[in-house]
Amino acid sequence: MSNVIGQRVTRYDGMAHVTGETKFVDDQVVPGTLTVKALRSPVSKGKIKNLDISAAEKMPGVAGVITAADVPCNAFGLIPDQPVLVGEDIRYKGEAIAAVAAVDEDAAMEALEKIGLEIEEQQAVLDPLEAMKDGAPQTRPEGNFQIWDDNNYRQVNLGDVDKAFEQADEIVESVHLHPSVEHAPMEPICSLAVPHAGPKLTIYTVSQALYFHLGMLCGILQMEPGDLHCKQWKAKTGSAWRHNTGYADLNYVGGTVGGGFGGKNDIMADHVAALLALKTGRPCKWRWTRAEDLLYSTFRGAWHITIKDAVTKQGRIIGRQMTSIRDAGSYASLNPYVVEKHCYLGAGPYFIPNVRVRGYCVYTNKPPASSMRGFGITPAAFATEVQMDQIADRLGMDPWEVRMTNAFRKGEFTPTKRILNSVAVIEVLQNLAAKAGVELPGHLKAMASTQERG
Amino acid sequence: MYPSGMSGGGDSSQAMVKVQPDGSAVVTVGSCDIGQGCKTIMAQITAEVLGIDYEAVKVVNDDTDNCPLSFGTFASRVTYVDGLATKLAAEDARRILFEVAAVMLECSEDELEAIDNQIRVKGNPDKALPIGEVAGAGTFGMRKLILGLGHYMRDPAAMDPETGECDPFCTLAWAASYAEVEVDTETGEVEILRLVNSYDVGKAMNPTHLEGQIDGGATMGVGAAMSENLHPFYPSLDFQPDNLGDYAIPTTMDVPDMESVIYECPSTNGPYGAKGIGEMTANTPGPAIVNAIHDAVGIWITNLPATPEKVLRALDAKGA
Repeated sequence: MSNVIGQRVTRYDGMAHVTGETKFVDDQVVPGTLTVKALRSPVSKGKIKNLDISAAEKMPGVAGVITAADVPCNAFGLIPDQPVLVGEDIRYKGEAIAAVAAVDEDAAMEALEKIGLEIEEQQAVLDPLEAMKDGAPQTRPEGNFQIWDDNNYRQVNLGDVDKAFEQADEIVESVHLHPSVEHAPMEPICSLAVPHAGPKLTIYTVSQALYFHLGMLCGILQMEPGDLHCKQWKAKTGSAWRHNTGYADLNYVGGTVGGGFGGKNDIMADHVAALLALKTGRPCKWRWTRAEDLLYSTFRGAWHITIKDAVTKQGRIIGRQMTSIRDAGSYASLNPYVVEKHCYLGAGPYFIPNVRVRGYCVYTNKPPASSMRGFGITPAAFATEVQMDQIADRLGMDPWEVRMTNAFRKGEFTPTKRILNSVAVIEVLQNLAAKAGVELPGHLKAMASTQERG
Repeated sequence: MYPSGMSGGGDSSQAMVKVQPDGSAVVTVGSCDIGQGCKTIMAQITAEVLGIDYEAVKVVNDDTDNCPLSFGTFASRVTYVDGLATKLAAEDARRILFEVAAVMLECSEDELEAIDNQIRVKGNPDKALPIGEVAGAGTFGMRKLILGLGHYMRDPAAMDPETGECDPFCTLAWAASYAEVEVDTETGEVEILRLVNSYDVGKAMNPTHLEGQIDGGATMGVGAAMSENLHPFYPSLDFQPDNLGDYAIPTTMDVPDMESVIYECPSTNGPYGAKGIGEMTANTPGPAIVNAIHDAVGIWITNLPATPEKVLRALDAKGA
């Protein structure tokens, strides 16, 4: 069968998956592989006063112990603010401070217990609403807000929202909390780093973005072409996307991932496995437990969303104001991008001529939140779609009518003035009603996205 | 509503399509298959362009030494962005096949089409060659490497910092969900009886995959709406679940009867009009469920998840 677009062809790798033939990272067996375990911070915020790995290094079965001093460039991320291992300032409970590579899990766990650690605990801030207040303790040295163009929020402004509220028949306001949600993929975080003569390094990874992480790891290892150990390279751009810095020395191997959902867009284990492989000269595998995955991997940070709408008696939304606060946790990760995406499209699939969206990305002392399926739009969709029913409820209207009355039409534009040419909100609602067995009134059945708004 | 591709643009994907001497093909991309099925979609696109069997296409995506650049598997971008790169690469490989076949069939390249495992003069089954013959002649007779290359990247979008004005995405897909629920006013438990999901996907590249993705995403949406909470005593970290018994993702027992309905409003630039819906499938079920709870018992659960405790408290507050 050669005309296969639109056909129900068999899943390419389905048989391999269901027969257990597919190899994931933890299925890779390389003789002599060491087991990696990390010492994690017991506090949410603090300063390391003393870190002593000398006893751990001498433990039987231990091949290597690394700390921040072993990381050539100890800052990574799209905004490179996150250390591989904490140097001094702990920003979240569970943050990795040191890592051990040993012949087996027992030896690695025993070595962790021999690491001397003194911490001066500091006041953590876990509530983003507290972190936003004047005089709140600093959750990080750069401040508690992500800054955009001298503002402590990201904004989208269309039309004249204040005027719309003056003209409104009704003002409907609702407040929403979308909680922290974990990706919970079947395959937890795992990384295997195998050093080769050369020097070259192969990373078996759970990454859902191989090239992103290849570039980031090159930055962390400060690699020049052909030299894994060169210390001369300095981050010039502040970008994770570092060209000509040793891609040839690293091979990122993966591409088949046991679930990601945005939880494998950040490097979480490859850097530590790589550093220990380079230090010991042996393959090193860091496999997180399910508990570590739930407690310390990235997640969808909580959102506090307030929507206030200016509405006419006919159910037309003429103004919408959204104020959204993202609990970003302790590092940038993909949080600023998540907030930007929220601001672009958060107001929903409706043509509203006056829109003001302010998205705050607030840093707290939680583990770093990051991307999760839907970025910032999932919580926005929750808030806006509940708001649509609240508007209908207030006006005594049919919620289908409120949605279809306000739905985008072809040629209309989003709050960022992107003109829409492939629009089917009305048709999707009509199909939904038909499938659900909801009888829409005639004028809604006759509506179409291609009709100009009356 | 959800966009395909990274907001702000500038995200690249490349693809290589190599036609083997026997007329089968290998497509190489740098994006990961995280379960969404991009290997299937890239094989379908390659087979469609080259006019060969789906089974005659191999997909390679497993390391950075061999695979071309991709920004990665996120932002619902792979079917759209990698799909365009793969289509361009397959068309590039087909162009080489046409060069070879034009000599063999004594015609011009633009008279040719690739269909049913043949290269033939358009509409003329009598002037046709098996694709394996063309590929073999090209490889051995004409010393060609039949390798097509493709790269798609939407230009980065300029953005006005005051208004936020910009054109940040490739296209938008649209969705809506309908939920029927039963609320036990004694225990606060909510049972989802039925969930219907309606989508515009531009083009249903593989309806089976699509339905699977919609059901899977809806299940995630049900979890976020009903039971999942990484910080149950938010904003504190107290009693954070550290196992999948305490962190309650939906089991098959928690998933309602689900139906989906597909609409195809083509995107102007996506491969065959396709749009990406990988992420948005988790978005609409949650609010539909919360709105259905309101319709049933008159309470608004605006603080997810809608646990029995919250439902009971809201019922109490309403009764008071």
